[in-house]
Amino acid sequence: MSVYLLRRLIQAALVMLAMSVIVFIGVYAIGDPVEILISPDADQAERARAIAALGLDKPLWQQYLSFLTNALQGDLGRSFVFNEPALKLIGQRAPATLELAFAAMFLAILVGLPLGLYAGLRPNGAGAKVIMAGSILGFSLPTFWVGLMLIMVFAVQLGWLPSTGRGETVEIMGLRWSFLTLDGLAHMAMPALNLALFKISLVIRLTRSGVRETMLMDFVKFARAKGLSPNRVIGVHVFKNILIPVVTVTGLELGSTIAFSVVTESVFAWPGMGKLIIDSINVLDRPVIVAYLMSIVLMFIIINLVVDLLYSVLDPRVRLESK
Amino acid sequence: MRKLFLGATVALAALSHVQAQTLTMAVGAPITSLDPHYHQLSPNNAVADMTYDRLVNTDGKSRQIPGLATEWRATAPTTWEFKLRPDVRFHNGNAFTAEDVAFTIARLPNVPNSPTSFGIYSRPIARVEIVDPLTIRFHTHQPYPLLPLDMTNVRILDKETHENASTEDFNAVRVAVGTGPFRVLSHRNGDRIEFARNDAYWGPKPAFERVNYRMITNDAARTAALLAGDVDFIDQVPTTDLANLRRDARIALSEVVGTRLIFLGLDHQRGPNENSPFITDNDGKPLGRNPLKDVRVRRALSMAIDRGTITERLMEGAATPAGQFLPPGVTGHVPAIQAPAYDPEGAKRLLAEAGYPNGFRIQLNGPNDRYINDGRIIQAVGQMWTRIGVRTAVEGQTWAVFVNRAGKGEYSSHLIGWGSNPDGSHPLRNILATVTPDRGWGASNRGRYSNPEVDRLLLSSLTELDEPKRQGLVGDALRTALEDVAVIPIHIQTNIWAMRRGLAHDARIDEATRAQDVRPAQP
Repeated sequence: MSVYLLRRLIQAALVMLAMSVIVFIGVYAIGDPVEILISPDADQAERARAIAALGLDKPLWQQYLSFLTNALQGDLGRSFVFNEPALKLIGQRAPATLELAFAAMFLAILVGLPLGLYAGLRPNGAGAKVIMAGSILGFSLPTFWVGLMLIMVFAVQLGWLPSTGRGETVEIMGLRWSFLTLDGLAHMAMPALNLALFKISLVIRLTRSGVRETMLMDFVKFARAKGLSPNRVIGVHVFKNILIPVVTVTGLELGSTIAFSVVTESVFAWPGMGKLIIDSINVLDRPVIVAYLMSIVLMFIIINLVVDLLYSVLDPRVRLESK
Repeated sequence: MRKLFLGATVALAALSHVQAQTLTMAVGAPITSLDPHYHQLSPNNAVADMTYDRLVNTDGKSRQIPGLATEWRATAPTTWEFKLRPDVRFHNGNAFTAEDVAFTIARLPNVPNSPTSFGIYSRPIARVEIVDPLTIRFHTHQPYPLLPLDMTNVRILDKETHENASTEDFNAVRVAVGTGPFRVLSHRNGDRIEFARNDAYWGPKPAFERVNYRMITNDAARTAALLAGDVDFIDQVPTTDLANLRRDARIALSEVVGTRLIFLGLDHQRGPNENSPFITDNDGKPLGRNPLKDVRVRRALSMAIDRGTITERLMEGAATPAGQFLPPGVTGHVPAIQAPAYDPEGAKRLLAEAGYPNGFRIQLNGPNDRYINDGRIIQAVGQMWTRIGVRTAVEGQTWAVFVNRAGKGEYSSHLIGWGSNPDGSHPLRNILATVTPDRGWGASNRGRYSNPEVDRLLLSSLTELDEPKRQGLVGDALRTALEDVAVIPIHIQTNIWAMRRGLAHDARIDEATRAQDVRPAQP
């Protein structure tokens, strides 16, 4: 177990190092942030000063080395645009994105699992057909459009929910959370649903196909023959077996929801990390881009590790050491 | 029970009173810093104008009006004297004096990591002399007529409060203290800033007690927030929503022709007998010469553009055809310059005269995410050029990529915009003057235009303290360059704000969205 963890940690460090090199070179290749940030009043002398102030006058390898030295001491640089530490900016935006992503995942599981189970157990019923048709819509409608439609219907026409932004927040341990206030939940409802739509469909489909496959397995027949109640057969034996793909996909989806909910965040003016990264890319704010992507890589590594650990809990045949 | 009910009614009445006194605005561009000297960016400056004052303020037409200085004049060729406004206090109660002005000027070039330093405004100043607490003199290196104009960009800080203040301290609201009409209450980066009215303000009192200043960068979401009643006021109204909003009885619009010119830059860098990178003959072979060096070709390309169609159809009326950088009514506008008339036949004749009876091929480059409808404008221009025989390919790119390549002079022709300050010397010096780094000229002259006559006129205007004479020199220089078709102006954008009916707004040509310009409409 500990050897396994150690190996995973070394892998993680290498991946993050590679990531930083790729991002660094990539952003450098796009162009010079000073050209974008500079004011129209600035002349050539001012331009040269700005380039030097941001450390962009040095050769790329030197910039990278000094970045690496600082990064090893936990300093990922200061944003060119905000003049604040990049990690602090990301940390300020993280709670908004995290609560939105978890709300969406929660919705996806809460709605998706029962519907998928139902559709799998009665595959030929009318209900199952409606659910499956609905899930196709959930897959294929673009988030952007659905988001705007939600706003038009629930905010502009009906006036039930606030159209954009984040509601009232409560401060816990220095971080601001909005899911603890009624106003916050009202603001969160539409963006969370918008993010969840795709994932609900995904969970429905995974659960349904898992159920249909598992129901034909010998151990299910055996359990039935043994006289176990249908609830126990489905609730324990079938359920445990279909969870493995669901957990894998949910884990990865959680990661990508946190990292790339850019569209939903910008449609709903949700002040999360997705908006920060897209704004930063637009102005080539390299420290923020690098710091953000590094944190995302780290997050994916951790999620994958958790997923792997969960496997071994769910399925005793999976041995961690054997990987 | 009765009492409880009464209490609730009173509380409710109080609540609705508070709501009526709160203005919720949504702006389309993020505010990156509350430090007024960190990042020279129009959205930041607009918010800074709510919190801080300048020695010289500007009105909606960008004319200079007294701010923290009540009057100013040049007492000697290299000396400007400013009389300061008495009895002005900062939000924290500190008195405003000449010490604060001197401190502010000294801070400008010393804000660490600033990507766009305000030091350019203190650079012409050799020495600051405090005559008495309400009189200050700036001694400049050379005669410098633009000093009052520069002072419209400098927000005044409090020496006592801001002596060691960092940009982070401003962003954390701790030291976001000025003399302006609003106090900052809270700031959530990239999300919202909350303000309260400064009841001790020396100038006209703003109409609203509280302001909730939100950033909603998505155009459709911003309009939806207004229609849903979540916000009272939005800026940067997308042109696609204009027709609907004009019809909507719940909505009022406020608009004014701005100072942002959309124009085409041309390759003047390659000589008459060199190849320009994106120009070929009709078979795609190198041309062996740069047709853009011939003024007849440049004029033909300008005449081929139907500006009226672009502004009416493509921009939905949210732009005015232009032949120069600034609109009528602004200091730097030159009445003698007209927007070029649409004349495709004349353009063909000029091309033939210049030796291109069958035209040539060119690629027009431009951004597709920077200016209103930029990607569609280059497509329209491409079609119009093709109609006179100049077969045009069009390429739109994201701003970050485009502006870097344009800055290196890599394009033959490109679309770009210029948000000018009201003085004609601004575009003249930055776009039309020969690139001369030691003078700071031509920093945005991406086509590398160069005309000795323009340079000569600009040079003499820079030290001319007689204002009408200086304006004359600047106007002559602008006319010379634009008659030579140094660039091809297309249109000047209209700045449009939308608000719920019942509000009124004083539109500003400088695009600034500020709460002090909004008030309840007179019934």
